[in-house]
Amino acid sequence: MKPKVAFFDFACCEGCQLQVANLEEDIIGIVELVDLVEFREVMTGTALEYDIAFIEGSITRKQDEERLRDIRNRTKFLIAYGACATTGGVNKIKNLRNLDQVRQEVYGADWDKPHLDTYPTKAVDEVVKVDYHMHGCPINREELVRVVKSLVMGIVPKVPDYPVCVECKLKENECMYDLGKICLGPITRAGCGAICPTNGAPCEGCRGTIPDPNKNAMHEVLQKHNVTINDIVEKFTMFAITPEVSK
Amino acid sequence: MSGDSMKIDVHHITRVEGHGNIVVDIDNGTVNKIEWQVPEAPRFFEAMVVGRSCEQVAPITSRICGICSIGHTFASLKATEAAMGITISEQTRKLRELLLHGETLQSHLLHVCYLVVPDLFKLNSVVPLVATHKDVVLLVTKLHRLANHLCDVVGGRTTHPIRTAINGFTMLPKPKELESLKKQLVEAVDDLKKLAEVVKSVAGNIPDFVRETEYISLTDPSDYAFYDGQIKSTDVADPIAITDYLKVTNEFIVEQSTAKWSKFNRDSYYAGALPRYNNNYTQLTDLSKAVATDLGLNGINYNPFMNNIAQVVELVFAVERSIEIIDWLLDNNLHPEDRSFKIREGQGVGAVEVPRGILFHDYTYDQNGKCVKANCVIPTNQNHANIQLDMEKMVPEFKDRGQEQLQFLLEMLVRAYDPCISCSTHFLQVHFV
Repeated sequence: MKPKVAFFDFACCEGCQLQVANLEEDIIGIVELVDLVEFREVMTGTALEYDIAFIEGSITRKQDEERLRDIRNRTKFLIAYGACATTGGVNKIKNLRNLDQVRQEVYGADWDKPHLDTYPTKAVDEVVKVDYHMHGCPINREELVRVVKSLVMGIVPKVPDYPVCVECKLKENECMYDLGKICLGPITRAGCGAICPTNGAPCEGCRGTIPDPNKNAMHEVLQKHNVTINDIVEKFTMFAITPEVSK
Repeated sequence: MSGDSMKIDVHHITRVEGHGNIVVDIDNGTVNKIEWQVPEAPRFFEAMVVGRSCEQVAPITSRICGICSIGHTFASLKATEAAMGITISEQTRKLRELLLHGETLQSHLLHVCYLVVPDLFKLNSVVPLVATHKDVVLLVTKLHRLANHLCDVVGGRTTHPIRTAINGFTMLPKPKELESLKKQLVEAVDDLKKLAEVVKSVAGNIPDFVRETEYISLTDPSDYAFYDGQIKSTDVADPIAITDYLKVTNEFIVEQSTAKWSKFNRDSYYAGALPRYNNNYTQLTDLSKAVATDLGLNGINYNPFMNNIAQVVELVFAVERSIEIIDWLLDNNLHPEDRSFKIREGQGVGAVEVPRGILFHDYTYDQNGKCVKANCVIPTNQNHANIQLDMEKMVPEFKDRGQEQLQFLLEMLVRAYDPCISCSTHFLQVHFV
């Protein structure tokens, strides 16, 4: 029997589910491989149980937590996909500021009405168990195809744990630091094919920090190029990179 | 089933971007409630960019919306450039226009073909069409792939563009890439004609419903406006300056929904492809005009469902303009430019037409180029009040068709607007009963 697959979204821009549509003709192949039972943005229909549930977006409200737990209870395998789901993504920027102040700036006089409540942004794995993290803002759609194919064959694929610099070197790009830019490639998880440096822009760190990053090497790079911690803090906090790495 | 008593409660309407609910309560012929509600989670972007340096503002606000990420990037860059007193080169402007057409193509194809056409075929998604109309699905995927390819070639990525920066591009497309892109766009003109035929074959299922409202879009004397222009309303004779956008958008909070709504000269207005068409249709190309006429758009139109037909017309226009822009870029020897600029204190407003309508970003920067204040007014927000008022006219007119049919028509109405609810709730949150 074909595995039942469902897609869900929480607080996000829905750019990652757009990558599913962007698979073009490959979607037809995937639809033949799996049974797509729930995907609100593209179809009408629901199901009670799933083999694979894809979760996009961050958790920012109590009722979202309840909805997420309910999905977790009804699925065998849960994939957090996209930076908002895997790390909290840009949605975590608000956690760096005083939440009441944030609400006042946006809502003005109505800021403390009870229905305008929000809590600090959480990644999906801060609420439920996640079986696979598909990183990126947005996700890499080739990774999506690879993961679905692997799971259909009963294999859980491995998430890359080496830095973007590895992929960037393979692309033979000129180092962003040599071009006078501040790049998060040395400590950011690979898997994107170093897409930003390849397009002339520094890595923004959207795939999160690698486990056990080489902090000394990062510090050496920063020192060599006369970059101070203050210069890079803003870069580190766009995609919720763990604060201890920036120390 | 009669229209005497019915309760419709569509929780999280499908095939729209983001979460919305429709609630209708009719008791013994008395309409107690008709509500368009938005329960999307809040994200607080305007507060997120406060304290950030100008270079980081566009990459962050791009994340307001996946589908309109290119348009958000440009509204953001234009606002920042206005604040800093930067004038972009003609080359940068042409590349941005081309990339914006790429996004219009991506978004309109996705919306019309994947989200709306299933309604016209009376199906619950595009998936069953793979079995019954594989040639049409393959035509659509081919066109959509081309739209994405355009965005990859110019912007570096289909969603959340990488190369777009303040005062220019971090990398330029190669002439060979542009030549190949042009060849594919020329072929796409015939594919779009075929697509228009398919839409025409089911266009009879577009509901016959009319409600005249105020139509607002950009307008530009030199072109059918997407990237640049002034604000045009069908209720006002002269165009209005972009810097006066707050006089037009007038965002306000209503009790039934905490989604901010907009109104200008009436209780609501319409932003999107139909308003663009209504304000600027004389500036379309000959072929896009012909497609419009063939699909029933003959000048100003008051049927909100015709927004989808206007989107088909704009597909043709965007492809034709893209070909012209590529010719210009190839003739003008595309070359790297100096992107440096001087940071200064100030405020600036940027506006572009994104697939769903007119979009405004407004930033204030301090002398170090850090953002101190931000405001983004999104097309879907501007449309919420108009959707509500359409529903209020539609329910009494169509209630005799029975609950199932009425619910279907109301869902279709919401989809016709192509709402982008993630966008519209970039800062707001609604609880519902």
